Amino acid sequence: MLEIRNLHAEIDGKKIINGLSLTVNDGEIAAIMGPNGSGKSTLSYVISGREGYTVTDGEILLDGANLLEMDASVRAAKGVFLAFQYPLEIPGVTTMTFLKACMNAQRKARGEAEFSTPDFMKRVRAGAEKLGVPQDMLRRALNVGFSGGEKKRMEVLQMSLLEPTFAILDETDSGLDIDALRIVADGVNALRDPKRSFLVITHYQRLLDYIVPDTVHVMSKGRIVKTGGKELALELEANGYRDFVGEAA
Amino acid sequence: MAAVQETVDRVKSVDVDAYKYGFFTDIESDKAPKGLSEDTVRFISAKKNEPVWLTEWRLDAYRRWLTMTEPDWARVEYPKIDYQDLYYYSAPKSSPGPKNLDEVDPELLRVYEKLGIPLREQEVLAGVQERRVAVDAVFDSVSVATTFKAELAKAGVIFCPISEAVHSHPELVKKYLGSVVPVTDNYFATLNSAVFSDGSFVYIPPGVRCPMELSTYFRINEQNTGQFERTLIIADKGSYVSYLEGCTAPKRDENQLHAAVVELITHDDAEIKYSTVQNWYPGDSEGKGGIYNFVTKRGDCRGARSKISWTQVETGSAITWKYPSCILRGDESRGEFYSIAISNGRQQVDSGTKMIHLGKNTTSRIISKGISAGRSNNTYRGQVSAHRKATNARNFTNCDSLLIGETCGAHTIPYIEAKNATAVFEHEATTSKISEDQLFYCKQRGLSAEEATALIVNGFVRDVLQQLPMEFAVEAQKLISISLEGSVG
Ligand SMILES: Nc1ncnc2c1ncn2[C@@H]1O[C@H](COP(=O)(O)OP(=O)(O)OP(=O)(O)O)[C@@H](O)[C@H]1O
Ligand SMILES: [Mg+2]
Repeated sequence: MLEIRNLHAEIDGKKIINGLSLTVNDGEIAAIMGPNGSGKSTLSYVISGREGYTVTDGEILLDGANLLEMDASVRAAKGVFLAFQYPLEIPGVTTMTFLKACMNAQRKARGEAEFSTPDFMKRVRAGAEKLGVPQDMLRRALNVGFSGGEKKRMEVLQMSLLEPTFAILDETDSGLDIDALRIVADGVNALRDPKRSFLVITHYQRLLDYIVPDTVHVMSKGRIVKTGGKELALELEANGYRDFVGEAA
Repeated sequence: MAAVQETVDRVKSVDVDAYKYGFFTDIESDKAPKGLSEDTVRFISAKKNEPVWLTEWRLDAYRRWLTMTEPDWARVEYPKIDYQDLYYYSAPKSSPGPKNLDEVDPELLRVYEKLGIPLREQEVLAGVQERRVAVDAVFDSVSVATTFKAELAKAGVIFCPISEAVHSHPELVKKYLGSVVPVTDNYFATLNSAVFSDGSFVYIPPGVRCPMELSTYFRINEQNTGQFERTLIIADKGSYVSYLEGCTAPKRDENQLHAAVVELITHDDAEIKYSTVQNWYPGDSEGKGGIYNFVTKRGDCRGARSKISWTQVETGSAITWKYPSCILRGDESRGEFYSIAISNGRQQVDSGTKMIHLGKNTTSRIISKGISAGRSNNTYRGQVSAHRKATNARNFTNCDSLLIGETCGAHTIPYIEAKNATAVFEHEATTSKISEDQLFYCKQRGLSAEEATALIVNGFVRDVLQQLPMEFAVEAQKLISISLEGSVG
């Protein structure tokens, strides 16, 4: 369970998160929608531990443990995963090598045995196949020269291999073609588990037809201004943010 | 005939030398007094029972060296070296090493351990007295162990300390010594010619493929001892040899000068592959105490269709000044240079290569990967030239720099000169940086900043690592991550 209480965060002297509170229960899929610049990506960075943000108040707990005290890699090993809105390119490092390094680093941090090479290969091959990631892409440098959609698929492949307990998907649907959207959504649905929760950031109701959320939150100016069920997304699709943004002001 | 001549030469040399230079009453001393003079040169020569021609050769070099000035064009800075404050000869027994590994600097052992160097080899590297080795080890100027000799002898390969080759194969030494790097080539090479201590000698007879990779571990043991290795490798017609040079050194307080000369010669259709992993003490984070490495390495593709390839992984030394080069004399000969140069802390690296195209249809390839971290400076300096007669000379150069952090520097200085219109020289260069965003991405996936850096760096240097023999590549890879420790977050 992820609990955020009264979070205030700023970067370079600019306040971006303003008293945000949010709870995502085990097994829950929560969606966050909100206008451009409302702080959705910033929230995902603060949760996952990117440097440069100052948390001036509030707390973030994952299963009761204070995430804010941990380094990003420690949070990752604890089960926090972020599918980036803009995945980074890692030149010279093949996807295969990267995946193996990450999986084993997390396992090591948790005191688990590292995967043997054949075991690892089996998992990656199977995962890639499910997500329609061609095998030869695994031999290319991670994300280098990948198309926008390919990068997003790769994020979901990483998520499925790392088996997080709390996963954030930051606009994973943008840049995906219609078929890819379905494949990626199926990939996420396959990971649904009573012990795993998701925070899905999106601008489009369409994704939520495939990944059906338990709750929908509306974010504006760094805080949650409205929470509802999946029908809230439809309402937003029809009327835009106007009503809710007004509430926040 | 040769054998007879050898004996004659030897007898002559021993007789003459034994009497000629009695300047030092204490000829049994294992260390020449501090400083450099004709006497020092004679002492060294006498210590090795060298023939007259070689003593004269050294003295000639010394006299020329006196007229030369230290080069200052490289992008390196260091306090003026006081050549009179160094020792130019020392034998290993004058410095009783530690009795066992318990007496060795734990910091050094930590590095060995990280490198995965087997215990027995650790003892060798750390200079533990009681040891058994399987390499021709150069300890402080004198080669103390040579192995695999029988198998090599069967193939007709000569692999021995050059001090021994002077006596056992004087005709070869005389013919080739200084034939690639002339005595007056440059300040440090001339100094080396005057006082060279020891090094390896390799001769591969025509048509022979050397049955094993030849390796030497160098170590600088004694304080204040200038190291002046001299290596000479000759691959006769149609032969092949792969030679590995690996170095590591214990921690030292004072800067140590190292000025080696390596000469390679390939005849028709022969090939020499020379690989180096250099990991000398770089000094502390302020740059204090590191080794000065001024090396002249050059290969002469003397024969048609011959090939010389240099591969180097440079992680150590406070200052590196090193340009392994190829003279492409034979028609259709080929030169290659693959380099990984890493600088961290206060290290200064000025390294690169020269490809001198003289023959027709000669080709060369340069792949250089420079990595700078900390407050270091890393310069690639490369020269590619085609002589008037070098029709259809081809060169491909790729020079990539990777910066880690904000306080380091990378510089690429290519010199290209084609006196023949048919020459085609290609040059590519890139500079990239490991960004905070890339590091965060990796950390989000569970890697530490150091693991992430190592991963990216390994990706960056992969093309070059592939050129190294397997076991060397594994060692080099570990070395790279060790040398970048503390460079991030
Ligand atoms: N380093 C920074 N300095 C100043 N302002 C910043 C910095 N980083 C982000 N911001 C600002 O913070 C606000 C929130 O940005 P964020 O990327 O979190 O928005 P978002 O909700 O993810 O938007 P989108 O829907 O467009 O992805 C924006 O106005 C952005 O310009
Ligand atoms: Mg965003």
